[in-house]
Amino acid sequence: MAASVPINQPLVVDEERFEVSKNTVWRRFRKHKLALLGIFVLGFMILVSIFAKQLAPYDPNWIDKAWQGSPLPPTFVNAHLSAHHALGTDEIGRDLLSRLIFGARISLTVGVAATLMEVLIGTFLGAISGYYGGWIDYIIMRVTDVFLSIPILPLLLVLTAIVAAKSSRASLSFGIIVIIIGGLAWPPVARLVRATFLSLREREYTEAARAVGNNDMRIIFRHLLPNSMAPIIVQATLDVAGVIILESTLSFLGFGIQPPTASWGNMLSNAISTLQTAWWAAVFPGLCILVTVLAINYMGDGLRDALDPNTR
Amino acid sequence: MRRTLQAIPLLILISMILFIILNNAPGGPLAPYLSNPHITPADIERLKHNFGLDKPIYYRYFIWLGQVVRGDFGYSTSNSESVMDAILGRLPATLELQISAFLLALILGLSAGIFAAVRPYSVADYTITTFAFFGQSMPVFWFALMMQLAFAVNGIHGFGYEIRLPSAGIATLDTFDLGDRLQHLILPTIVLALLQLALYSRFMRSSMLEVIRTDYMRTASAKGLDGRTVLFKHGLKNALIPIVTVTALALPGLLGGAVVTETIFAWPGAGRMFINALGQEDIALLMGYLCILAVAVVFSNLLADVVYAWLDPRVKYD
Repeated sequence: MAASVPINQPLVVDEERFEVSKNTVWRRFRKHKLALLGIFVLGFMILVSIFAKQLAPYDPNWIDKAWQGSPLPPTFVNAHLSAHHALGTDEIGRDLLSRLIFGARISLTVGVAATLMEVLIGTFLGAISGYYGGWIDYIIMRVTDVFLSIPILPLLLVLTAIVAAKSSRASLSFGIIVIIIGGLAWPPVARLVRATFLSLREREYTEAARAVGNNDMRIIFRHLLPNSMAPIIVQATLDVAGVIILESTLSFLGFGIQPPTASWGNMLSNAISTLQTAWWAAVFPGLCILVTVLAINYMGDGLRDALDPNTR
Repeated sequence: MRRTLQAIPLLILISMILFIILNNAPGGPLAPYLSNPHITPADIERLKHNFGLDKPIYYRYFIWLGQVVRGDFGYSTSNSESVMDAILGRLPATLELQISAFLLALILGLSAGIFAAVRPYSVADYTITTFAFFGQSMPVFWFALMMQLAFAVNGIHGFGYEIRLPSAGIATLDTFDLGDRLQHLILPTIVLALLQLALYSRFMRSSMLEVIRTDYMRTASAKGLDGRTVLFKHGLKNALIPIVTVTALALPGLLGGAVVTETIFAWPGAGRMFINALGQEDIALLMGYLCILAVAVVFSNLLADVVYAWLDPRVKYD
């Protein structure tokens, strides 16, 4: 086959090859049908949470006067009793669908914001650790070890409980949840970036970049970082799913997003008291978490196949 | 040996950070007394002095460390006993649940992983992989609620039978009844095993697939061994090596229990005790619990490395 290619091929091909490599990622990703489905589901969830105000049939905290002390069933269960609540109401008569829609906003915002914070901290520390080595690396890696040696859920719970006790419970706004999760979840990212940097800094192009007089910061951010983006992107995608689970677990245990603000986690915690009579209040919020997390995980899987097929 | 020694400064650093965080909690170690109307501010001052809380924090840390070295983690206000007794007292219940979930997950997960790897890209493989993906994406607490809804609230009906399982506690009565104990164990075990099951099957599958492609497997087939011998004697043994590392991660759970699962199923283990202590600001217990967990994590990592190097002579640590 190689013989059929003319030796004096025009140089234009190079540019085309670059275009192709960009397309390859998309072509490989497209092959992963479930990852595509994941993107659509996630896109839908994002749209829902952006337009929550417009889409929700009721205010998420409005209590229906038709409520008689026990949760109203979804319309498809009892159209006569509950014509106005597609998915029924919760234990104090708030519209379940509206709360789910606003809950999507909380979950996705916390997921994306905490992951962003975690990736920024982890990438920065991992980059200088891997690039400089020596005592900087030693100190950063020992700190990483400390955080990796304490299981994250108990540690998160202790920190949120302290914040909760410090002022009122309501102070556990999602800003604080984001900061606590993002501030604790960065060590795996730091390790990942460090490992990539350790190998990249030995490459010839790094040496070339240094030889022509680039300073360290420029080499790190212009030359090494773009070349280590693939594993970071994959990790970040999967971490969004992990953070959504963490946030909902915290909220479920009462140390996350505080009522009356609706989050999928605290809706489930409320649903326990009516588990005997109102299955819908327990089924739908969890289904939302499962579908969202599944979509993101499949998307991450597809991205991994497309971006760096070697690591599987 | 060097790595074992490195673990000690790491653990001291961890305990220092935890000590600073927890002792800066509002009210600090005296928080449970502050809300008691029978205790006057003068009493608080006296307690502070008696507990040495009027001393600077580094001084208190060294006092604490000195006691810990002698196995004393202080007094748990939420359990009215010493922290060590409180944790050891929950250990049997925690171990019962953790070990049964671990065994269930290990046996099912490894078999499923091997099964999928032997027939890659078959319907069975896709089914197992999809199941593993669901297991990994499942919020544990919701899965627990759904199991309670299905088996405890409604009961599963079929073939004239009704399956109904208890959803809370470790036993109905104080007297020991094996059947009753096992019934109580079923739901929490399934819930706790799901995530581990998903992880083990995915790891086992990829590890097995990797081994199947190696040269020594081809050699074994080429010299005329039958497929079964090649697969299990040559393949499985090597494919299990990386799994050892993964199973070591389950060890800290043996001590710490499962915070979420134990809370939902009212299981009287260490995880639930932790959540209780959290609500009652029992600083000494939280401190002891987190430190013991950290020790377990550090040493199970060490153990994993040692066993790994022992099983796979290609691996060398300095």
